[in-house]
Amino acid sequence: MSRRVRLWLLALGGAGLAALLFAACLELPGFGGDRHPYGERAVRESLARRTANAVSSVNFDQRAFDTMGEMTILFAAVLGTVVLLRQTRDEHRAQPAPAHVAPPVRRYALITLPVALLVGLYVVAHGQLSPGGGFQGGVVAATALHLLYLGADYRALERVRPVGLYEVGDALGTSAYLVLGIAGVLAGTAFLANTLLPYGTFNTLSSGGTVPLLNAAVGMEVACAAVVLLARFLDQAVEIEENAVGTEESGE
Amino acid sequence: MNDMLIAVTLLLVAATATAAVAARDPVRQALVLAVLGVALALLFTVLQAPDVALSQLAVGSALTPLLLLLSVRKVRRRGRRKGRTE
Repeated sequence: MSRRVRLWLLALGGAGLAALLFAACLELPGFGGDRHPYGERAVRESLARRTANAVSSVNFDQRAFDTMGEMTILFAAVLGTVVLLRQTRDEHRAQPAPAHVAPPVRRYALITLPVALLVGLYVVAHGQLSPGGGFQGGVVAATALHLLYLGADYRALERVRPVGLYEVGDALGTSAYLVLGIAGVLAGTAFLANTLLPYGTFNTLSSGGTVPLLNAAVGMEVACAAVVLLARFLDQAVEIEENAVGTEESGE
Repeated sequence: MNDMLIAVTLLLVAATATAAVAARDPVRQALVLAVLGVALALLFTVLQAPDVALSQLAVGSALTPLLLLLSVRKVRRRGRRKGRTE
């Protein structure tokens, strides 16, 4: 295919996409309106299953299969990172020297750490009630742990963070989601159908059927995935060094 | 009032996004990216999407800049000549 033909093909495809997008935009509900055909249906369904946070109901009930895809993407991405950033044969681990931390930074980090961790867990646990859920809370909890790196040093962080356990936790979280989905099949309905558990009382922690459980599974998966991801990056940035063969200078 | 708020946050997002593109130093870019994350989280909150705002705040303004900074540190630690990675 010559360059000219390729350009024409690209132009044609681009023009078609632009026309379709423009046509679709003409049919959209107006900006900032308080009525939306999909929104009304989603809210009706989430209220029927006594899930106060309609977004969680969409994520973990009405479109739980989509969420499984997203979770698997994260799992695969972290798996790829673990493989790519492993220690290769021509690298060695250098013990990082303890760094000096300014006292105000240390104080701030150590005070904020438990608060941030608690906020993360709270956001996971209240996903069916208030904004947030497994994804958001998981990331908050995982990053909260790394305040220890700011407040103390890398070795202190490594002591409270056995990466192997978090790798297992990542896999367990992912499996828990799948098992909950299969439990729906075994119970006689469908994969990931929210018919396993009683829906509970509206606006309490135990409401929404399987939504809080799926939320917890995703929270565990995301928190562990973020910890493993950051651990691999931190290892590369702080510990792993190339053996001095072809390099001009090692570190600065 | 509400429209005003939306317009202001949209402008804020546009300004910080432009700054993120204009910054050439990766370290500075990561920091501007964190600010952009906060601006986007504000915009999502104003547009009544607190769930997305929370994700944006956690991922866009904490996790992504941190990963970028760590990558920059790794690259610099390799002792490559400056100017080659420009």
